[in-house]
Amino acid sequence: MKNFANLFLALDETNKTNERIKILKEYLLQVSDDDKINMLALFTGRKPKRQINSTQLKDWALEQSKIPDWLFRESYEVVGDLAETISLLLPLPTQHQDKSLSQWITEIKDLKDKTEEEKKNWLLAAWDTMDQQEKFVFIKILTGGFRVGVSQNLVVKALADIAQLDTATITHRIMGNWNPDEFTFQQLIAAEDASTDNSRPYPFFLAYPIQETSDLQKTALEIESSLGPISQWQVEWKWDGIRAQIIHRKDEIFIWSRGEDLATDKFPELHRFIQNLPDGTVLDGEILAFKNNQPLPFNILQTRIGRKTLSKKLLQENPVAFIAYDILELEGIDIRNKSQSDRRLLLEKLQEDSLHPEIFRISELVHAQSWDELAFIREQSRAKLAEGLMLKRKAASYQVGRKRGDWWKWKIDPLAIDAVLIYAQKGHGRRADLYTDYTFAVWDGDKLVPFAKAYSGLTDKEINQVDHFIKKNTLEKFGPVRTVKPELVFEIGFEGINKSSRHKSGVALRFPRILRWRTDKKKEEADSLESLMLLLPKEG
Amino acid sequence: MSKKPLLEFNQFGIYCQQGDFYIDPWKPVNYAVITHAHSDHARWGNKHYLAHHLSKEILKYRLGDISLETIAYNQTIIRNGVKISLHPAGHIIGSAQVRVEYEGEVWVVSGDYKLEDDGISTPFEPVKCHSFISECTFGMPVYTWKPQEEIFKGINDWWHQNHQQGKTSVLVGYSLGKAQRILQNLNLDIGKVYTHGVIQNTHDALIKNGISLKETYKITASTTKEEIRGNLVLCPPSAVGTPWMKKLNPYSFGYCSGWMAIRGAKRRRAADRGFVLSDHADWHGLIQAIEATSCESVYLTHGYTASFSRYLREIGYDAHEANTLYGDESLEEEKGGEA
Ligand SMILES: [Zn+2]
Ligand SMILES: [Zn+2]
Repeated sequence: MKNFANLFLALDETNKTNERIKILKEYLLQVSDDDKINMLALFTGRKPKRQINSTQLKDWALEQSKIPDWLFRESYEVVGDLAETISLLLPLPTQHQDKSLSQWITEIKDLKDKTEEEKKNWLLAAWDTMDQQEKFVFIKILTGGFRVGVSQNLVVKALADIAQLDTATITHRIMGNWNPDEFTFQQLIAAEDASTDNSRPYPFFLAYPIQETSDLQKTALEIESSLGPISQWQVEWKWDGIRAQIIHRKDEIFIWSRGEDLATDKFPELHRFIQNLPDGTVLDGEILAFKNNQPLPFNILQTRIGRKTLSKKLLQENPVAFIAYDILELEGIDIRNKSQSDRRLLLEKLQEDSLHPEIFRISELVHAQSWDELAFIREQSRAKLAEGLMLKRKAASYQVGRKRGDWWKWKIDPLAIDAVLIYAQKGHGRRADLYTDYTFAVWDGDKLVPFAKAYSGLTDKEINQVDHFIKKNTLEKFGPVRTVKPELVFEIGFEGINKSSRHKSGVALRFPRILRWRTDKKKEEADSLESLMLLLPKEG
Repeated sequence: MSKKPLLEFNQFGIYCQQGDFYIDPWKPVNYAVITHAHSDHARWGNKHYLAHHLSKEILKYRLGDISLETIAYNQTIIRNGVKISLHPAGHIIGSAQVRVEYEGEVWVVSGDYKLEDDGISTPFEPVKCHSFISECTFGMPVYTWKPQEEIFKGINDWWHQNHQQGKTSVLVGYSLGKAQRILQNLNLDIGKVYTHGVIQNTHDALIKNGISLKETYKITASTTKEEIRGNLVLCPPSAVGTPWMKKLNPYSFGYCSGWMAIRGAKRRRAADRGFVLSDHADWHGLIQAIEATSCESVYLTHGYTASFSRYLREIGYDAHEANTLYGDESLEEEKGGEA
């Protein structure tokens, strides 16, 4: 596994695309096919089942590192990553070993029937043969926390180059429910697709944003000059739910969410309509909370995500529907190469024949004679609970990944408010030693009420400045959280706002983020809770 | 029996009332004993300075025409009955621990230090004392250094590889201390070493002070890119991302610092390669140094003072956090190696 650990290190040390592809190819050419498919499984989020839990891991590491528990926790605060912390705290190795990645993965899987004692002995012996880098990657794999900052596109590119296949084919073949015990590297790179995986979804086609800021709106004329006449475009609302692919093949049904998670069990009310689809059908669409023919805000859908079991009550109160955007497979045939208009006709026909039109809905088309008119219609997005508009070229095929050209999202501006920084916490990963996680407040009379947490949005330089300010202006420390002297004002953008009894401020924001640092504003000039309340959607 | 301590922390710095002098003051005072020439320890505006001989030229270069007296290690001077002497700290050339003795009571101020012999600074020597004021920039157990041979092998291999690919190796490190330590450990069979002006000025000051350094070439307006290609360039953190650095393209950019031990901190600096090389003691080094003083009380400055003092209390020391204005190394770096 040393070469796998080195691969990880090498990828970590460059962010140049071509170099990363080169590093991946060098690795792939150097290891066995077993290692290749295991590497691919790890890089695409297919981790071996977890056999040792965090508590065991931490306890055993603590025992080895001979430091007190609190110091272990503070070390974790500094490092920001459990596996890395442990790898840094464990003593130097006294033994040597050269096992391959596949051998280690096999050993991890074999832990299944072992006692706790046996697991511990195995782990301590393993640690004692590894340097810090190998330990780090090993613990990541062991805990199922293995994530690599390499987009799947790069891995696909490296594989495609080696196998001499096109990237779209590889992207498609590595999707679905495979695992490295059943799927071989030879199958992956075979000239003819040899998969018998009924669950395998297609790669999602993702829209490119039409770039705008609140200060800089695209005029209808600018859009016309870059996209051409509106008659060439199919326009739909951009819904704010869970993008999903729905599959019915050979009596089996699958619901995949965009993160490539199988979510079939999460949405039982969709099962009937999927089962009623003709055999060999794959649809692309959005799952939304939907009641009385009306979409509901995202936070309603959120109540269902992450739940292990769905109570009858929850299903009744927060039902969902599927809004179909597209059809990718019909009668078992991949039809992604047909034009958008042709696919739309097939989708409409399928939906008209459905016995469950209240659950299987079709994304309504938006008609406009000009870009001007469309810009006007877009203004109604928020009232419709949509995030804006989707523009799809009528002549376009269904492509792979985020591509410029044929699919665009034209979102409405985020809502925004000026707020004061009051608490800060250290970040994780790349920013483990900097204060980067902030809590913001607005005025309620002469008190500041926290209402949002935000992490992203500042430049590295600004982050350093804010970090410096925080370290110099800490009023109190509660564990990892610092109370900061209220002084800095930031403009906070968000996609939506809802009432919430769980929050002190009485509201919950969707996707809050820092739009910019208002160095021009004093804390007294920040917004009030009242102005935040005014942004709540109107009742009824 | 509450006697005033021999050294105390006040708003100007570390103060000895009996001898009426300060050690590394952060506000202007009459008499300043300076541990070393880094900007957070040797500041502007003091009436009189006392430092080690080897800090003489660099202090003059950085602070201008100051009233400066320099002494050797282990040499004692006396102020109002208080004995003051300097002892090697191993941090950078000329860096010293300050030993203060009065009526049998001994305090030592470590300044910044490391235990490993870097081949260029006078190696650290433990000094027995009752009270020890220690830095703890890297006072967390996740910071443990590898021997410098291993790090320099990595640096030379990286340079060699870049050289073969026709790339310039740009190596970033603090201009005083780190740059010289790197230079003396580079394998000059691979190529030549070029310097950023700030580093060359530092080198010149040290050379004037009698230090011999390996040969370097200062980059000037007339230095061509072709000439530099494949060679190694030493530059301070302030040069990162500037047009000056971009002109060296194609290059690979390496960063030498103790902070490189943590992945997150490494990625934040966006270097192609991070080399874990520090002029501060690591976790084990700090504990070893404190043990070697046989001290009863420890006061901690720089970095993880809260955690480290708590740990020391748990293993039986009378340890305290001290509030000082010594910037941690990262601040020095961010400000750009020169201030
Ligand atoms: Zn220093
Ligand atoms: Zn210092």
